[in-house]
Amino acid sequence: MAERKDLLLDVQDLILHFRATKGVVRAVDGVNFQLHRDEAVVVLGESGCGKTSLAKAILRLLPRNVHTYKGAVYLDGKDVMALTDEQYRRQVRWLRMSMVPQAAMNSLNPVLKVGDQVAEPSIIHNAMRKEEALAQASKMFKHVGVPQDFLHRYAFELSGGMRQRVAIAMALVTSPDLIVLDEPTSALDVLTQANIFNVLKEIKNELGISFILITHDIATSSELANSVAVMYAGQIVERSDAHRFFDRPLHPYSQKLMDSVPRLRTDKEPDFITGQPPSLLMPPTGCRFADRCTKRFDRCDEEPPTIELDGRLVKCWLYT
Amino acid sequence: MSIQVNAKGQDEVVAMENESMEDNGVLLSVNDLRVWFELRRFGFGHAGYVRAVDGITFDLDYGQTIAIVGESGCGKTSLMKTILGLNTPTDGTITFNKMQLTKQRGLALREYRSQIGFVQQDPYGALAPFMTIEKILREPLIINGVKSREEQDRRIRKVLEEVKMAPIEDFLPKYPHMLSGGQQQRIVISRAMLLEPKLIVADEPVSMLDASVRVEILKLLRGLQEIHNLAVIYITHDLSTVRYFSERVFVMYAGQAVEKSLINDLIRNPCHPYTHALLAATSDPDADNATRFRDVPPGEPPSLVNPPSGCRFHPRCPHFMEGLCDKEQPPHFEPEPHHLVACWLFK
Repeated sequence: MAERKDLLLDVQDLILHFRATKGVVRAVDGVNFQLHRDEAVVVLGESGCGKTSLAKAILRLLPRNVHTYKGAVYLDGKDVMALTDEQYRRQVRWLRMSMVPQAAMNSLNPVLKVGDQVAEPSIIHNAMRKEEALAQASKMFKHVGVPQDFLHRYAFELSGGMRQRVAIAMALVTSPDLIVLDEPTSALDVLTQANIFNVLKEIKNELGISFILITHDIATSSELANSVAVMYAGQIVERSDAHRFFDRPLHPYSQKLMDSVPRLRTDKEPDFITGQPPSLLMPPTGCRFADRCTKRFDRCDEEPPTIELDGRLVKCWLYT
Repeated sequence: MSIQVNAKGQDEVVAMENESMEDNGVLLSVNDLRVWFELRRFGFGHAGYVRAVDGITFDLDYGQTIAIVGESGCGKTSLMKTILGLNTPTDGTITFNKMQLTKQRGLALREYRSQIGFVQQDPYGALAPFMTIEKILREPLIINGVKSREEQDRRIRKVLEEVKMAPIEDFLPKYPHMLSGGQQQRIVISRAMLLEPKLIVADEPVSMLDASVRVEILKLLRGLQEIHNLAVIYITHDLSTVRYFSERVFVMYAGQAVEKSLINDLIRNPCHPYTHALLAATSDPDADNATRFRDVPPGEPPSLVNPPSGCRFHPRCPHFMEGLCDKEQPPHFEPEPHHLVACWLFK
């Protein structure tokens, strides 16, 4: 396993804008963040804040209506944005970084056996023969806790939790350095959720893989994350380690998000954030959260800088 | 209490016995309800039953809320559909407002349904994509015989104000896809409120919504419940939201109620091993979670075609007692007042 403070992913000024009929949607608007080996970062935010687009921008899984796509993504110090699409496909995607897409359990192919589906990435990316690839798939099934005889089953024969495990096995099979999980448990029951997170924790401990976990559910995100990035209107407004974040978030938006979590074990009445997130077609100038912020003051009309505070980053004028 | 009951005159839909509405009368009484679906082989031969609901009993008073907690496949949706009058019970009775559901047909059944509002799980799927909000809200009124256009407009306005969709004129001509998830769910709630029901059945009303909107919608529902003295059945798998919504809760497993209690008692002193597991699997935001493995019972919920004998949780239970749990179905024991649990540990 690699050392703790080894920089794995460095994203600089990443921009991903989409063309829409009404104008340009600024889904990812200048995102900077770093991810170390053995780190699991959770990207938190409301729907429509650009978290899934960020994942797609990092993995270069782009739709056709891209307007602008630029910035730098360094993987192990190498700028992968400089690669052509074909090179990226052959050298990076799935071999180095893979993804468990949203509602992955419903994205399995209904007419292929799940074992074959999990074997496929090894055949394509690692040039394995089918038998080898199947053996590799069965090894992955062991990691995620799916019984071996499920290799020969079809997706409809599996429960939701099992299908989600298969999707994770598929992302794992080429032993990438980084797995992006997009809402891995949002459609699952509580016990299944806990099970999936147990599996992910085990994978993280045993294989030392880094994770980017994309979710809006703060409570379950704390099951895996050891660092946090809060996203609002296409930008990252806070970056922190998990301990200090869950203890005391800095950005007013993060604080509001944290207050909105219903808690089982403490008696705090949850609160909600008034208003809607801004449209990404025409994000407000200055601080994008200012309209909904209770701590707003004059300076918020200007774009806030990203301020470093004991190793945490926060994009808010309150901390200057 | 209800502030808006009898709108002047010819309001046929609103049941007139609203005046006699008391805080503690029983509104809904479900007694030993069983809903079994027959399985057929090749379309005709009998091949067994799916015992989706197998002996559920509970009472709900006017203006009371109750939460039903359970995983998918535990029968909570079948129970809900039966209460809504969409499934026919195999056995047992449902009494709503002194009227027996199982005996209702035709118009009386429609009348019955109009007194129960339904808040669906997925707001986007629940709203017809080709209808404007105005049409969506007008349709139930037309079907239920509110003929006057002014009366329809008045009612639509009122419910939209109640769910805080302002300005109303902006939303009426919109289609569902133009609204955010939270706004869509408000429309679904306002539609459930249109016919001024006595009971609202909310099937996971917030599970498809953003975490930050969930609390807002739950508070809105709770507010409506208090203003109109509504009875609410809140169906969910997320125990952490229950305590902000409902005092009473019952936990369902494989078609049966395994534990019934007040929510604070349930959290303070969970009795059934399944409830323990549910509580242990529910996380609060805490960085230490990342290094802790959760205790999850092995296996998956049983098939409802051939449920395990005795206690249905026994194959997954850490306290399994051979010869007892797998032989005899546990009755409800009462370890503390108002706290019922179906588990032999409390014999």
